[in-house]
Amino acid sequence: MTETQKIYFYPLWLRIWHGINALCIILLIITGINLQSGSENPLIGFNTCINIHNVSGITVTLNYLLFFFGNLFTNNKSFYIVKPKGFLKRPIKQAKYYAWGMFTGMSAPYPLSEKRKFNPLQKYFYILVMYIAVPIVVVTGIGLFFPEIIIEKIYSISGVSVTAVLHSAMGFFISIFLVIHIYVSTIGKSPLDNFKSIITGWHHIEKNK
Amino acid sequence: MKHCLIIFTFILFTFYSLKSSGQWYDDPVNHSCLKCHAFQTYSFHNDLMDKEEKRLMNPFFIQDTVALKKGVHKQFDCTDCHSYEYETYPHSANLKLEPMATCLDCHGGDETFAPYQFEKIDEEVKKSIHYQVYGENFTCSKCHSQHTYTTTARNSNDVLEIVNYSNQICLSCHNDMRKYMLISGHENPKLVEIHNWLPNQELHFQHVRCIECHTEVVDGLMVSHNIQGKDKAVRKCAECHTSDSRLKSSLYKYQNLQVRSEGGVLNTIFSNDSYIIGMQESPFLKLASIIIFIATLGGIVIHLTFRIIKKK
Ligand code: HEC
Ligand code: HEC
Ligand code: HEC
Ligand code: HEC
Ligand code: HEC
Ligand code: HEC
Ligand code: HEC
Ligand code: HEM
Repeated sequence: MTETQKIYFYPLWLRIWHGINALCIILLIITGINLQSGSENPLIGFNTCINIHNVSGITVTLNYLLFFFGNLFTNNKSFYIVKPKGFLKRPIKQAKYYAWGMFTGMSAPYPLSEKRKFNPLQKYFYILVMYIAVPIVVVTGIGLFFPEIIIEKIYSISGVSVTAVLHSAMGFFISIFLVIHIYVSTIGKSPLDNFKSIITGWHHIEKNK
Repeated sequence: MKHCLIIFTFILFTFYSLKSSGQWYDDPVNHSCLKCHAFQTYSFHNDLMDKEEKRLMNPFFIQDTVALKKGVHKQFDCTDCHSYEYETYPHSANLKLEPMATCLDCHGGDETFAPYQFEKIDEEVKKSIHYQVYGENFTCSKCHSQHTYTTTARNSNDVLEIVNYSNQICLSCHNDMRKYMLISGHENPKLVEIHNWLPNQELHFQHVRCIECHTEVVDGLMVSHNIQGKDKAVRKCAECHTSDSRLKSSLYKYQNLQVRSEGGVLNTIFSNDSYIIGMQESPFLKLASIIIFIATLGGIVIHLTFRIIKKK
């Protein structure tokens, strides 16, 4: 027997943050790829691309402050805390579940609850993206926006180039994250259920009785 | 006349090859010309009144001794090009009429200077907008001072220095009303306003040469000299901001020659001093990212297939 339980997972500020973030990052990815390839796109000119990229970049940066302080001042941060116990074992167990267990009738090793919003694998990826990749992209992005603040040479290598390559690499990582993030979100009560949650705030959890 | 000059140059050349470079200009205070022409003021003996007079020097006639010593013609003394009669002051009025040798008079048809392709440059200059409008009045010397010219593009390994040197040549006239009017008789259009459409204008002018946008790139030539009318100027951003940028066949060809011979993968990623959005695409990183992306999608498709089969 399963019974569905509703939990208010995503407070309003978090949903606002996520909506803006998602929209802007998608714009950034599209325009970023355009800038990278440098081809004159008939739909959006190079100039427009730069403008969109700059405006979305600034929005994501300001928005990141919302995420950061939102977490700092609310209880939401507790979901991001990693315990040293089972540091590698726990995410591996979750990965095995995704790759094998979920098809063979195994029950989820880390069922979600009021205390656990993310499974271990999810948690690790969110931390990587939100506390490493995005900050790096933001900092390098600001650097490219004001090239005069970049260190000129790092050993014998041009500072601007290092910044640019780092910016692209982290941008790429975020894109890959995004693809996986969206796909994994379709794994839920129904494929669209998780998407509804991030809009309404309410998450459905199936409890085995 | 021309033959005389060539023979004259040849003699000069063999003669001065034996001397150490720039020695003529080492001591401006005691140099027969620089004692006046290197300073803001000069003094001379007024024979009529029989007294020493001190006057201000015409600022356009002051020579930069540091630049003179770096110039390609540092082996020369002033009087190798200018008449000996200049040694007396006041200079004789007739000297104003004295014809000066042009670059081609000395360098044309000379095997020693073949790599510079002076004749080809001359041909290109004759096609350029400046020559079309002003003819013989727009001499090579309008851009290349015979006193101080240095071959920066050929010898420097710093892109920014090459750009700055080259642009200074154009700006010294286009941004200087007096020099511009001397040629054209009308005021110079404001470059900043004309190039308003170019974002980050200052950054661009530090990183690309005017000639990148205003000349036709000629592969065989180190520096394209055919400056075309404004209607033919490059305006499309993508001409530079792509992986097969026109900069690679013009500005960066100097640097590329050196970098390619040294570098591995890392070097091609990090080599250029300027980072140009678009142009930086490294084939290695590009391939790696495509592989990672396809692998990710592949993984998702396989997982999805299983989910559909197992109805999960
Ligand atoms: C006593 C100072 C003095 C000395 C020495 C001197 N000059 Fe001059 N020169 C001048 C001044 C002043 C002018 C500006 C025009 C004038 O007053 O005749 C001038 C003008 C010139 C001009 C420009 C002529 C024109 O009207 O276009 C040339 C070229 C020139 N000098 C070359 C030389 C050379 C070469 C020497 C050395 C052999 C030399 N001068 C030595 C003071 C001097
Ligand atoms: C390689 C040949 C060459 C040498 C060496 C040379 N000049 Fe000249 N000089 C010229 C030419 C050519 C012009 C005319 C420039 C023009 O047409 O715009 C000129 C012009 C000048 C003028 C007129 C103002 C100007 O700058 O256009 C002065 C003054 C002058 N020279 C002084 C000197 C002095 C002083 C020396 C030595 C320190 C010297 N020159 C060495 C070729 C030479
Ligand atoms: C009076 C003759 C004469 C005139 C005029 C003259 N040059 Fe030269 N130039 C020489 C000689 C001789 C040398 C070689 C000097 C040396 O080896 O140091 C030389 C050297 C050079 C070099 C360096 C060549 C090398 O391989 O080191 C360049 C570039 C050059 N000249 C360009 C010009 C340009 C551009 C003009 C016109 C603005 C010009 N020259 C006018 C005689 C002249
Ligand atoms: C409108 C300006 C302009 C005119 C006119 C001009 N040049 Fe140049 N030239 C340049 C610039 C800019 C460079 C690049 C400077 C550098 O970094 O060496 C250059 C470079 C050169 C070089 C060095 C090329 C190399 O291979 O290193 C030579 C030689 C030369 N010019 C000869 C001439 C001759 C000869 C004439 C006259 C027939 C002439 N130039 C007229 C702007 C001009
Ligand atoms: C990115 C390319 C680019 C660069 C770099 C560039 N220009 Fe231009 N320039 C143009 C274009 C395009 C036009 C035509 C503008 C128009 O017609 O509205 C132009 C116009 C001009 C004109 C014509 C002015 C008039 O209306 O009569 C001059 C002169 C000029 N440029 C000089 C320069 C000089 C000097 C430099 C270097 C400091 C330079 N340009 C650098 C692209 C460029
Ligand atoms: C000695 C002065 C002088 C120098 C040096 C000079 N120019 Fe000019 N240039 C002029 C004048 C004068 C005109 C105006 C021509 C006309 O009336 O159409 C002009 C016109 C132009 C034009 C516009 C042509 C048009 O369609 O109206 C361009 C582009 C240009 N120059 C580029 C350059 C570049 C690039 C350089 C440097 C390599 C350079 N100039 C160096 C004097 C100069
Ligand atoms: C002649 C080649 C050329 C053309 C044409 C050109 N650019 Fe550039 N652009 C460059 C170079 C070189 C840089 C140097 C960037 C650096 O070193 O930071 C640059 C830098 C830039 C930057 C700054 C990038 C940064 O890192 O902050 C922007 C924005 C830009 N270009 C936009 C444009 C646009 C828009 C156009 C068309 C209207 C254009 N460019 C046309 C060569 C060009
Ligand atoms: C969050 C803050 C961000 C800021 C401030 C920012 C800013 C910038 C700036 C200033 C540039 C240079 C172009 C220009 O001058 O306008 C740039 C380029 C680029 N950005 Fe961003 N960006 C951000 C986020 C992202 C993200 C999330 C991606 C994700 C894919 C991304 C991908 C790219 C790419 C691919 C380029 C081109 C790099 C290249 O030319 O090689 N950016 N960014």
